[in-house]
Amino acid sequence: MTNNPIRKERFVKWVLVVFALSSLLFLFLIFMFIFFEGLPLFHKVGLKNIILGFKWAPTKGFFGIFPMIVSSFLVTFGALVIGAPMGLSCAIYLSEYSGKKMKMFLKPALELLAGIPSVVYGFLGVVYIVPIVRDHIGGSGFSLLATSIILGIMILPTIISISFDSIMSVPKTYREGSLAMGATKWQTIYKVILPAARSGILASFILGMGRAIGETMAVIMIAGNALKIPSSILDPLRTLTGNIALELAYATGDHRLGLFSTGVVLLVIIMILNYIANFGIKRRT
Amino acid sequence: MRINPRFTNKLVHIGLNLQAFFTVGILVIIVAIICFKGFPYVNFEFIFAYPQDMGRIGGIFPSIAGTIFLVLLSILLATPLGVGTAIFLTEYTKESVFTKIIRFGVESLAGIPSILYGLFGFIFFVIKLKMGWSLLAGVLTITIMILPTIIRTSEEAIKAVPRNLRIVSYSLSATKWETVTKVVLPSAIPGILTGIMLSVGRAVGETAAVIFTMGSSLRLPTSLFDSGRTMAVHFYILAREGISMEKAYGTALVLVVSILLINILAYYLMNKAISRYS
Amino acid sequence: MIMDIKIAIRRLRVTFSKNEILKGVTVDVYKNTITGFMGPSGSGKSSLISIINRMIDFEDNVRIEGEVRIDGQSILDGGHDNVELRRRVGTVFAVPIPLPRSIYENIAYGPRLKGIGDRATLHYIVEDSLKKAFLWDEVKDRLGISALKLSGGQQQRLCLARTLALKPEIILLDEPCSGLDPISTAKIEDALSELKKDITIILVSNNTKQIARITDFAAFFYLGELIEYDATEKLFTTPSMKKTEDYIQGKFG
Repeated sequence: MTNNPIRKERFVKWVLVVFALSSLLFLFLIFMFIFFEGLPLFHKVGLKNIILGFKWAPTKGFFGIFPMIVSSFLVTFGALVIGAPMGLSCAIYLSEYSGKKMKMFLKPALELLAGIPSVVYGFLGVVYIVPIVRDHIGGSGFSLLATSIILGIMILPTIISISFDSIMSVPKTYREGSLAMGATKWQTIYKVILPAARSGILASFILGMGRAIGETMAVIMIAGNALKIPSSILDPLRTLTGNIALELAYATGDHRLGLFSTGVVLLVIIMILNYIANFGIKRRT
Repeated sequence: MRINPRFTNKLVHIGLNLQAFFTVGILVIIVAIICFKGFPYVNFEFIFAYPQDMGRIGGIFPSIAGTIFLVLLSILLATPLGVGTAIFLTEYTKESVFTKIIRFGVESLAGIPSILYGLFGFIFFVIKLKMGWSLLAGVLTITIMILPTIIRTSEEAIKAVPRNLRIVSYSLSATKWETVTKVVLPSAIPGILTGIMLSVGRAVGETAAVIFTMGSSLRLPTSLFDSGRTMAVHFYILAREGISMEKAYGTALVLVVSILLINILAYYLMNKAISRYS
Repeated sequence: MIMDIKIAIRRLRVTFSKNEILKGVTVDVYKNTITGFMGPSGSGKSSLISIINRMIDFEDNVRIEGEVRIDGQSILDGGHDNVELRRRVGTVFAVPIPLPRSIYENIAYGPRLKGIGDRATLHYIVEDSLKKAFLWDEVKDRLGISALKLSGGQQQRLCLARTLALKPEIILLDEPCSGLDPISTAKIEDALSELKKDITIILVSNNTKQIARITDFAAFFYLGELIEYDATEKLFTTPSMKKTEDYIQGKFG
């Protein structure tokens, strides 16, 4: 030993404390700088004119992002409508129906979906989904529908893995009890297991929403980015994330501040969703 | 009219089966499209040549190098920070309000979408700290972004090391730090590597957080203060600005195949880590 | 014959949460003897040895009162060094727990922590420790294989050898033979009988026959109290307490 081991232990401990605190520091910095840049405009233009305003023309002093808030929620719910049933049924299949070997193959395969970069999803959306929507359903193709389909696929891994965990954590005795009383497998799943795993499944949906609402690159490629509330699923739309990504590179002055205000709204929504989801997951365990 | 429950049962079984294979089918189709469409354009020259005319001609070498620089440097920073945090949370403290706050911080970081990392990195590193669009700004942003993944997987891996091994090490007169470095970490390494590989995969595919911090210069970054672009950013610009579909597919192939290989390696390591104690 | 006291335990009281595990125990352990601590489970004998090596520090909500001295120096006050203490006091646990590395590296683990890096010295320590634990002949040709590949009995001797590599003054054995076959047990007992020339040994066991076979002194604990403590021969032939007699005869335990 080169120097006093007790002193060395103490030194190590303090270094580790600093490391652990770094996460908090980063979180603090992220909040501080996004809020620091984003809040002044709320003061200047008015909270109502931003959050409930319909017109986004930042160079002319209009910072309304209401259509984007609505659009963000629309694509998120659209993604959930497509991703939730698919994801939950995959989770049920994996946990209740598939054999051990099948599981060893399927689970990593499904999780690999999470590894595909969002630009690739966006690109394939543009090349395959958008034309299908345009040719067979209508509109330009760049639409709420196409965006929802791509986002629905993108949130599958989140929904599958968290639902799967919560279904697996339902005690075996529940299953055996129900089967012993003559229920079929599906009745057991439907009446016993799913209710028992309810809060974890809901949490998986909410985390999926969090992923969808925060998704950016795929969305700006497929959504069409129009500055209005879509009136049908075939209309184009612009989300909060899209607004930031499309304009940040060249925005200056109040325009840039407006993008940070958009970021503030997005950050608040995400935090609320995460809080609810964590609450659901904690209650399960 | 009541439907026979046995019939419903059978129907559901078939339905779920189809559903699961449909979902895996999506993955297969995505990979297949990228492979078939990209394959004709990927060759030695594509990988090692410099792009010309915005990327319309030539290869993607600077973006491959840019990706490697960005990812390696981020991992180099995030790994000690993340593993250190995990060691602190598991070995050096008991569950308390303090650890709850740190865990809350880590969870919150994990939930922040990448565009907000981009927004933060842009205002903090690029503008306020005057780094400009640079490799350094990109590295620091990505480091923060992948930190939660590394912390969580390392924590799981460290927790899975049997307590007995620690007790034996202490009984042989090891200090806490000696026990951590000589017994706990060696046993936890496959799990920690899994987290690192998953983070590498995420960083390689990241676009939103990179494009506003590292920028999108087509040149090969030769210093920390140079701008540059990653494969993901290059692909995005090729595809979005319609520069060249062929080059876009080729870039996508290199991008997706490297991410898949990285993730498969991660799962392989994870299985190895799990089978270690069971 | 006057014997040196190696470990002096005075009025030792240990409380886990609200459970009093040891209720004011006073014992002297003599140098270079094998002392047996026996008693049914819950008697506090294992907690007692986990104080001597301060491994009890890894438990939560423990309160310790009283005095424990090794060679006259207190090990309960804040001033002493636990790492140094565990170099002097070795431990063998009930279940053999090899570290997931080779046989050689298991033995070399402790010496390396002390800062011994010289190959020749390490080789000597490894060989010497394995010989003293009666394991050398069985493993000398395969020191590089994983220690996990050894049989249970071999693993336990490896754990003994690993402790010996630190050149301890005291060795604590917590039911070391509880899971072993008779041949391995005999080898460990033979090893201990040799080792006591240089080392003070405390053997915790619920196996009264083993205590009778190899210890010089024996203490009988019951529900956190020391019932009787005497030379083994005397304790087993003419116990002074009825409770001890019942325990030795196997009426409970």
